Amino acid sequence: MSGILVVLEQRGGQWNRMSWETLAAGQELGTSLGQTVECAIAGDGIGSLGSEAAAKSCGKVWAVEHDLLKDYTADGYTAAIEALIRKTGPSIVLFPHSYQVRDFAPKLATRFSQTLVSDVIAMHADAGSPRFIRQLFQGKLSAEVRVSGNGPVFASIQAGAWRADQGAPAAASGSVESFRPDLDASKIRQKPEAPFREAARAVDLTAAEIIVSVGRGIKEQENIAMVEELAKALGGELAASRPICDAGWLPMERQVGSSGQTVAPKVYFALGISGAIQHLVGMKGSKTIVAINKDPEAPIFEVADYGIVGDLFEVVPALTEEVKKARR
Amino acid sequence: MKIIVAIKQVPSRDSQLRIDTSGRWIDEGGLSYEINEPDAYALEEALQLKEKHGGEVIALCAGPARAAQTIREALAKGADRAIHVETREDVSGWDTLAMAKLLAAAVKSESADLILTGLQSDDLGYGQTGVVMAELMGVCHSTIIMQVDVNSGAIRVKRELEDGWFQHIDMPLPAVLTIQSGINKLRYATLMGIKKAKTKELKRVTPEELGVAPSATASIEKLFAPQKSKQTQILEGDAKTVAAKLVEKLKFEARVL
Repeated sequence: MSGILVVLEQRGGQWNRMSWETLAAGQELGTSLGQTVECAIAGDGIGSLGSEAAAKSCGKVWAVEHDLLKDYTADGYTAAIEALIRKTGPSIVLFPHSYQVRDFAPKLATRFSQTLVSDVIAMHADAGSPRFIRQLFQGKLSAEVRVSGNGPVFASIQAGAWRADQGAPAAASGSVESFRPDLDASKIRQKPEAPFREAARAVDLTAAEIIVSVGRGIKEQENIAMVEELAKALGGELAASRPICDAGWLPMERQVGSSGQTVAPKVYFALGISGAIQHLVGMKGSKTIVAINKDPEAPIFEVADYGIVGDLFEVVPALTEEVKKARR
Repeated sequence: MKIIVAIKQVPSRDSQLRIDTSGRWIDEGGLSYEINEPDAYALEEALQLKEKHGGEVIALCAGPARAAQTIREALAKGADRAIHVETREDVSGWDTLAMAKLLAAAVKSESADLILTGLQSDDLGYGQTGVVMAELMGVCHSTIIMQVDVNSGAIRVKRELEDGWFQHIDMPLPAVLTIQSGINKLRYATLMGIKKAKTKELKRVTPEELGVAPSATASIEKLFAPQKSKQTQILEGDAKTVAAKLVEKLKFEARVL
């Protein structure tokens, strides 16, 4: 067992851009462990994607192709990648921490009697083996995780933890090798339909220069008006973390985070948002981040440029007043 | 329809966490606990499916003695009975795979039609227990589910994808589904429910009785406070003062207003 296998992701012939971040993470780990890096991509008729990946990776790319892999299914992808791993015997397998990977990679790791180390934000080598850093307790603490066991080490990489352009520049283009796994249609139990969107989005948060986002700290639906007033004074868009949309206090289309929109405005106000990982991945690229929260330990302060530890219900109205004054 | 809901007890959301002397886990002294929020949505979904299709809802929880409180709450909300896999206080020897083996062993003889659980836990956040259980039990699964429709021995689910996309998937029963928060509106336990919960069956089993030993191929070597990715300026003073300071900073330092 040796080498690092980076499993890239496509859907309907389109790359998931997290693939390149994961490749960069894999190349960095490969350098520190002195191991080669290979890539894999699964699907049907993906030859051109394979070549594109080979040009970026400078190593071998396995194009795992089968007509049963045309649409993603957990059963199909698990069987296909399992077959590739048994053939090539990598010591480490990395995935982007995408919704698709969350659906099948734990199943795959189980087949090798391993636990997938999910949502990794950093890695380093320790005496020749990888150590993974991941967040616990909704980002309040970090943990260093070590993997033992006999199978390969499985880990998934958090969105935005590596930069796609961080990878080693391709010295020479890699090669594509085709691999056709032996799949049995009767063993693929999920029957997926085409992905769809509920409705055209009325709100495009990605275009907003100023976003005022509200979280659990707002306590009651009636209190949202107070935040709306600040957004209005700033000329910004109102947004929210997932729990607020789950509760129906604001429509889902105003949600920022892994299941909502990814934004990078000039200023992002996080009001009463603790800063769980799922939220941070959707806004940490903002130019300036302001956090107001009563808990000084809230993870949102790890990404904030300006922080106010205090009561939303006092600070937000005062801020609205000051903004109005400054804009007069 | 027989539905099992796997729930977890986690530290309350507002807990101030301290790292214990081993450096590998939190100091649990003085913490309060509650049901893992995504699991509360899974429980609600199970109760609604039972109301629609009839059958039985069984709450399943692995954890130390204190988890009984969370199990009672699930019974008070309407679960018909519960299975508590009572572990020792220290669960650090169990990783996701071992925990899923334990849960799978506890419900193997139930032959349930459906197993629901939250998509992830608010403490470890691995987001895998349901998927691993499905693999161990040899049943079909799907994750991050926003809608469940049952018709005669099969289900149709709506799975959430990234960036506002969804997908319908048909699959046979039995199946394991991991439920996304926000799929439904959570109910409160009624007084009657709380009263009834006391008379409902709560079966306790131990890992030893189930023949599952703790093991961890993925183990926490150390815990630490997260590293800041930015130098945060903390503004201090009363509300009016900090508001004025912030506007000044945004205007003249960050130049974004």
